[in-house]
Amino acid sequence: MGYNLSNLLYLITIVTFILALRFLSNPAHARRGNQVGAIGMLLAIVVTWIKTGGTSWWALVIGMAIGGGFGAVAARRVKMTAMPQMVALFNGVGGGAAALISLAELHRILPDPGRPKVDIGVAIVLSGLIGAISFAGSMVAFAKLQELIGGRPITYVGQQFVNGALFIAIAVAGVALVAGVQDEWLLWVLTAGAALFGVLFVLPIGGADMPVVISLLNAFTGLAVALGGFELESNVLIVSGMLVGASGTLLTLMMGRAMNRSITNVLFGAFGQVSASAAAVAAGDGGTVRSATAEDIAVMLAYAHKVVFVPGYGLAVAQAQHDVRQLADLLEEKGVEVSYAIHPVAGRMPGHMNVLLAEANVPYPQLKEMDEANPEFSRTDVAVVVGANDVVNPDARNNHGSPIYGMPILNVDDAQTVVVLKRSMNPGFAGIENPLFYNPKTVMLFGDAKESIVKLAQDVKSL
Amino acid sequence: MTHSTLLVFEVTILVLAIFLGIEVISKVPALLHTPLMSGTNAIHGVVIVGAMLVLGSGHKGPFTWIVGFIAVVLAAANVVGGFVVTDRMLQMFKKREK
Repeated sequence: MGYNLSNLLYLITIVTFILALRFLSNPAHARRGNQVGAIGMLLAIVVTWIKTGGTSWWALVIGMAIGGGFGAVAARRVKMTAMPQMVALFNGVGGGAAALISLAELHRILPDPGRPKVDIGVAIVLSGLIGAISFAGSMVAFAKLQELIGGRPITYVGQQFVNGALFIAIAVAGVALVAGVQDEWLLWVLTAGAALFGVLFVLPIGGADMPVVISLLNAFTGLAVALGGFELESNVLIVSGMLVGASGTLLTLMMGRAMNRSITNVLFGAFGQVSASAAAVAAGDGGTVRSATAEDIAVMLAYAHKVVFVPGYGLAVAQAQHDVRQLADLLEEKGVEVSYAIHPVAGRMPGHMNVLLAEANVPYPQLKEMDEANPEFSRTDVAVVVGANDVVNPDARNNHGSPIYGMPILNVDDAQTVVVLKRSMNPGFAGIENPLFYNPKTVMLFGDAKESIVKLAQDVKSL
Repeated sequence: MTHSTLLVFEVTILVLAIFLGIEVISKVPALLHTPLMSGTNAIHGVVIVGAMLVLGSGHKGPFTWIVGFIAVVLAAANVVGGFVVTDRMLQMFKKREK
């Protein structure tokens, strides 16, 4: 197939990818967009197949069958709660592929004296480096989220120094390679060093900050793929990779904004450590906590006009999404207006909570983003907080000393009554005291989230 | 086309892709941010094109062949897994159950 024809066909692929992203602006046709993108990908694979002219065709078939088979099975089996680690895994293998392409490309062109040209050299070095960081970093993120290793930040003395020194060493090796030290082993050392850097860089980041890390690594892989496009003179790699790079970067920044933390702070702050000491200071200045029985709260809910559920990751951990939806159905039968207020960082990846609720058949028009939900609380009778803590903590608005001060939160305390479902008064994962629990408007319902919701549903039913 | 002309052209489309990416992504609601991530994840699986080209030139030596083969396996997992998981998620978003 000619150069021009294949590039025109690749252009069609690019267009399908753009459409796939464009269609994601509306849940009604987002799925069709994804299918269009998949067809575009198939087209690119067929075109490339023809371009390779049948060399090693059987190896291509076997390789694609192994990888594709694994991908399909893993993607079908994964639980929606495990989605973040699955995305991390697929992201990592993509980055790994980009790094390998760099190694192979350098190997291919090195026997040619005077090569590589500077720009190709830069692309090879950067793509290998970023791809390897993304591969190793994603694998650590996967291991953390899958709880193969502890989710707590892992820190040691001189960590920043070790990471910094390693990074400088990698950079020096990269510059040497581009400047003309034409040795393949240098790229191997660089790639291995980058992989090590990827591991060291993700290890100190706590489980709760994983949404930021995953979207950043997603951007990394996209960038590595785009740079791979420069090595192989492939437009489809450049454009598609960069689309992903731009989107991942944008999402990372949005996540940072939703937590009111700079990306540098998330990546190098080892958050869990800081808040543990802050909690020790904050603990102790309590107030009175009002608790109620499920029966009382069921009455309150059934006779309300408007109820807003505020789900946090605790809801998913308790696997209570379906029970919440059943409770909501019962309330709707009684004429109550029900919606869900979703904080941008609820869950373990951006938008995770929406997926978990959609899986429980919650109709998506009921899922409200923070900006849409907050003005509604003042005309809400009951806000039900299930498994969320920091994202409804009024200290983020009022208390300058709080570690989460400035973080945009869901203003549940604007509602007439706030019901908080909680196991006990122990502070949550981040260990930050929450004055919402001591607010006179607040009623606590202690117990396991799932059991409490089931109990509430029974009581509402029997009213 | 000389090498530098090609490079300038490639840099041009790279920069345009950045702006296009930001433009398109900023229209995606927070509701769909997880499918957005797994969808873009699937899209960078296009690295399979590069992996296939490397493996296709594998007759030049066992090193290229092996590296290319592993790259194809990894990229294929990325492509198939990415699109399937995105599809699974998007089919759950419904207006009203019947």
